[in-house]
Amino acid sequence: MSAITRDEVAHLARLSRLALGDDELDHLAAQLDQIISAVARVQEVAAEDIPPTSHALPLTNVYRSDENRPSLTPEQALSGAPAAEDQRFRVPRILGEEA
Amino acid sequence: MSDLIHRSAAELGALIASGETSAVEVARAHLERIAAVDGEIHAFLHVDDETVLAQARAVDERRAAGEELGPLAGVPIAHKDVFTTADMPTTAGSRILEGWRPPYDATVTARLRRAGLVILGKTNMDEFAMGSSTENSAYGPTRNPWDRTRIPGGSSGGSSAAVAAYQAPLSTGTDTGGSIRQPAAVTGIVGMKPTYGGASRYGMIAFASSLDTPGPFARNVLDAALLQEAFSGHDPMDSTSIDQPVPPVVEAARRADVAGMTVGVVKEFGGEGYQPGVLARFNEAVELLESLGAKVVEVSCPNFSYALPAYYLIAPSECSSNLARFDAMRYGLRVGDDGTRSAEEVMALTRAEGFGDEVKRRIMLGTYALSSGYYDAYYGKAQQVRTLIARDFEAAFERVDVLVSPTTPTTAFPIGERADDPMAMYLADLCTIPSNLTGNAAISVPCGLADEDGLPVGLQIMAPVLGDDRAYRVGAAVEKALEDRWGGPLLAKAPKLEADR
Repeated sequence: MSAITRDEVAHLARLSRLALGDDELDHLAAQLDQIISAVARVQEVAAEDIPPTSHALPLTNVYRSDENRPSLTPEQALSGAPAAEDQRFRVPRILGEEA
Repeated sequence: MSDLIHRSAAELGALIASGETSAVEVARAHLERIAAVDGEIHAFLHVDDETVLAQARAVDERRAAGEELGPLAGVPIAHKDVFTTADMPTTAGSRILEGWRPPYDATVTARLRRAGLVILGKTNMDEFAMGSSTENSAYGPTRNPWDRTRIPGGSSGGSSAAVAAYQAPLSTGTDTGGSIRQPAAVTGIVGMKPTYGGASRYGMIAFASSLDTPGPFARNVLDAALLQEAFSGHDPMDSTSIDQPVPPVVEAARRADVAGMTVGVVKEFGGEGYQPGVLARFNEAVELLESLGAKVVEVSCPNFSYALPAYYLIAPSECSSNLARFDAMRYGLRVGDDGTRSAEEVMALTRAEGFGDEVKRRIMLGTYALSSGYYDAYYGKAQQVRTLIARDFEAAFERVDVLVSPTTPTTAFPIGERADDPMAMYLADLCTIPSNLTGNAAISVPCGLADEDGLPVGLQIMAPVLGDDRAYRVGAAVEKALEDRWGGPLLAKAPKLEADR
């Protein structure tokens, strides 16, 4: 039995905001199936009472005082923008026609 | 002064400081070298002679004005294209950032400049540092100077190749699962993954934030230590950077002795899947350590065999979140914005065109591992494995000062061999991944050539968190003893490049 179906892979592509064609989905579905079957080995570990580790170092939140600091100018911040207008990022429409 | 390119970074720094040569002369020699050999190696994505010479002139002027400069002032360096540079494009090996000029320098970049290092250019890498061969670069593969049909390792393969081909005495890399140590091993040079948090990640394009670690490449252990010292230390711009002094790495590299130390051989790293020539050189290195006065014991780390699957859940999960920033709105590529499409459609088209196969695989794998219904079985389990691996290390470091293993199970493999076989590619990081999951320091130093193919083998030395100096101390001792035996560095045995014939 495969670990992941092609429909699930198509759903993952949508969640990941990747507009993939049929060929690419076929190719990735087979590879993801192989990878997921391999990494599922972590489930063999008896770890009922083991706490999870999300980070290598024991970290606590870091606060700093709320002070003005030098920052990028609008021109610098917009320098890599695909499109800009009136010191803002210009983006395609974000709402559907029916909205 | 063509022999300038064969000098160590420490020697170059001293020659420049004494006035025997200048930063400009040293920069020119390396630019000439790059022009001569990079056609066959393709280590660099960007080199601009004028920017380089301007930096070198500025260092010479600072010195002439009486400024007190560090030991690497005027020394050239190749800089991985994952670090932002305000005066050079930064692409992370991706089409989605083609031609992007960052508006600011990464902290590591700024510290290189402060130390007077001259940045020669930006080096090739697997896209967003995902890969072990540099074949995942959108700009074509880098070639191993030992054999141009083979990979230079990855993801920092441009940086390893540049140093091995004498295009730069030093380079920067980043190590998330082995991306410094593995390329160093397969090109016969030194590569160090410092303790996680030892240097700032500010301005370093993120792959997996809980694992990503900047580190040095060099042709010898002392040079690597000097470079690590130059860019490390606390940075308020990175809340995960450690607010403690940098471990005494330079002193440790100069000390270079293992007398009285206990070295643990990781039992789980060997046997099936390991190339015989790699194991032979590794076993000789262990015998060498014993002959130098170290006590050698075997150590079992039973959970290390789960490190690879845990890593390929944790790293893709973090990557799927981090790479959401490439949304075609604020910087980088935008595809299909013809007035008819929504922002979301433009985003999905852009990401499909701008990302390569491996990046797509990992984003989707991470999205899967984090999705509801699968989280506990995959990401949650992987986090528990991470705890178990940390406990294996803790138990081991109660008995030993350092752990050793081969850096990578095989020597450099042929370009193309694993390019579309992700699981085979992932095995290259089998021995390096545990140290990333727990944040430990680990170094790779050359330990000889495999009999089967005459290609370099790396010895990995793992030390505890903030025990970077121990890794350097042992690495330097091995280097010294082996160079005495070989009559020079391993790299001297590399075949000549076309340009040198």
